[in-house]
Amino acid sequence: MAEAPVLRVQNLRVNYTTRPGLAPAVNDVTFSLRPGERLGLIGESGSGKTTTAMAIMRLLRPPARITAGRVLLGDRDVMSMNQSQLRRVRLSEVALVPQGAMNSLNPVMRVGEQIRDGIAAHGGQREAAQIRTRVAQLLERVGLPPDVARQYPHQLSGGMKQRVAIAIAASLQPKVIIADEPTSALDVVVQRQVIATLAEVQKQARSAVLLIGHDMGLVAQFAHTVGVLYGGRLVELGPAEQIVSSPRHPYTRMLVDSLPELEGKQRLVGIPGLPPALSAMPTGCPFHPRCPWAFDACRASMPPTLEAEEGRQVACHLYPKHSSLPEPPAPPPAQEPADRDAAEAGHV
Amino acid sequence: MSEIEAPLIEARRVVKVFGGGLSGARHTTALDDVSLTIPAAEPMLAAVAGESGSGKSTLVLHLMGMTRPTSGQVLYQGRDLVTRRRGDRVQFHRDIQAVFQDPYDAYNPFYRVDHVLQVPVSHLKLAPSRRQGQVMIREALERVGLRPGDTLGRFPHQLSGGQRQRLMVARAWLTRPKLLLADEPVSMVDASLRATILNELRQLHQDLGVGILYITHDLTTAYQLCRTILILYRGAVVEQGTVEEVISKPKHPYTQLLVSSIPRVKGAHDWLDSKAGETADSERSSAGCRFANRCPAVMDRCWREPPPLYRTEVGSLARCFLYADRPEVTSDVAGRELASGPAANGAAPAAAALSNDKPESKD
Repeated sequence: MAEAPVLRVQNLRVNYTTRPGLAPAVNDVTFSLRPGERLGLIGESGSGKTTTAMAIMRLLRPPARITAGRVLLGDRDVMSMNQSQLRRVRLSEVALVPQGAMNSLNPVMRVGEQIRDGIAAHGGQREAAQIRTRVAQLLERVGLPPDVARQYPHQLSGGMKQRVAIAIAASLQPKVIIADEPTSALDVVVQRQVIATLAEVQKQARSAVLLIGHDMGLVAQFAHTVGVLYGGRLVELGPAEQIVSSPRHPYTRMLVDSLPELEGKQRLVGIPGLPPALSAMPTGCPFHPRCPWAFDACRASMPPTLEAEEGRQVACHLYPKHSSLPEPPAPPPAQEPADRDAAEAGHV
Repeated sequence: MSEIEAPLIEARRVVKVFGGGLSGARHTTALDDVSLTIPAAEPMLAAVAGESGSGKSTLVLHLMGMTRPTSGQVLYQGRDLVTRRRGDRVQFHRDIQAVFQDPYDAYNPFYRVDHVLQVPVSHLKLAPSRRQGQVMIREALERVGLRPGDTLGRFPHQLSGGQRQRLMVARAWLTRPKLLLADEPVSMVDASLRATILNELRQLHQDLGVGILYITHDLTTAYQLCRTILILYRGAVVEQGTVEEVISKPKHPYTQLLVSSIPRVKGAHDWLDSKAGETADSERSSAGCRFANRCPAVMDRCWREPPPLYRTEVGSLARCFLYADRPEVTSDVAGRELASGPAANGAAPAAAALSNDKPESKD
């Protein structure tokens, strides 16, 4: 518990410069990762998940720009690093398993060479024999036979390519692995194998993992801590079980309630309305147009992020007045007509 | 029933082999003896589930008459779908509509979204006048929670993925098909909208009696939306029955693997620990069961001969020798059963699917 965090993201803000003006893709996001911790960031498309990951890696390109905040790797500020410092830190200290990693592999390069590339670029083992052993070890760690090293990406299945991407990310035993939707195109059975592989690799190297995803079930099963992003804001963060069983933010609650389960047929209720467009963010809390709990303050001002207890934060005007999420006022969201009103509340 | 009225669509023992080359060595059997009857009288609410490569989409192509089976037949109202006449085609499109996975691909980016609604109105002659057609379009949009004023006149890229998909559901409201082939309609839609769209599909079935064949890899949504389900594995039906039987009490080892692989939001956090379902490294080919090299319950017999479908429960079937003491069922019989589910239950599951009650387990 007392261990110093390996990664600290503080008040991070990323804007996209668009014709209508600045679009806040990530807005005042703060969280930290301790060694060996698994943090899941969940959110819908456009909520700022990938932008957050890219900002940590300093891989954002214009029109995206980090306008405020700090990213600390140990006690070093990633924001103030120059390109050659960044090059040294990437992969060896923070490694990325990119979204659609299956397409991130070089199609005309053998798998073994691609793993070797990263190790060599960081001045790792120079001896050919040494590197070969290392590649074989890495492949074994992600559950692949050694002859995969001689194959090209097109000869591998999606799940195997994803494991290769994990092997590359783990090749220098980084302190932090960022996995951006590593299983989005895979079947459930393969998905579980890939996530189990990631967990295995993470345990061995004691890396911290930031898993980015949109599947609450997957994230809740993998992560110790879950952060919920909405409209670029980290609206809630806490231990995985608590986020699922006693969510505090109305969005988290409605999201969890909308997920279909396998225990008995339920009424299918989505969240009315649409996520906000970045270029037309509502005033105040980004969720207020869809929130049955919303009151005047929500329209007027952005709720601050409160940390009620260690490791549990929420950004909602209901707190600190309440200690847990009260029942929704007036008509509960689980009403038939709510669906019909969907577009009314939404921002088109 | 089928004696009285020809089914809407009937796939009879369809086999589809792709590839082959000159040697014929590298061929893939995408569908292997699959039968599926979609009755005209009673709208179905069924799911076809399986992983990628299981033959789901190939089955859809056959039901749409877009490809020719290698052997077997696909009949539309008793007539062969591939050789249907031009006149039949308009009627076919009036009866059968599809919603696809990526709502963006279904649009022509150069046309305003109005186009996808206007074309069926004029082509299928749904409205007596232009103005009447406009009224119908607006009604359909409102049914799926889209405001006509904010939707019409826009280009596809100006709508979100969820909106584009709802527009496709609106199109189904408009054309009122007998059958909607929904091929992964929500897999690219955000979680908070997914339930809403599934609910709209459910309403379509409930209010207009539109039959729905829901093609998916997601057993959870299939369980919530559908009455019956068919599980495909590498082109063959491995299990079939009511969603309660198949998903809550899976019989085939493959279905068991699928169900246990679903990451549950609530419940035990043991999903990562389970080692079950490692893909077999050995590519040992099997003249018998296609699942043999991954099956935890594999027996000698499984390598030698392909298992037939066995009746495991009143309306449930599994293609597995574990149930070899049960009666065998042919592909034809299996195909006829999916729509109506077990004969014993009749139409009752329809009500159950829409009520809030948890289905009682029938042990």
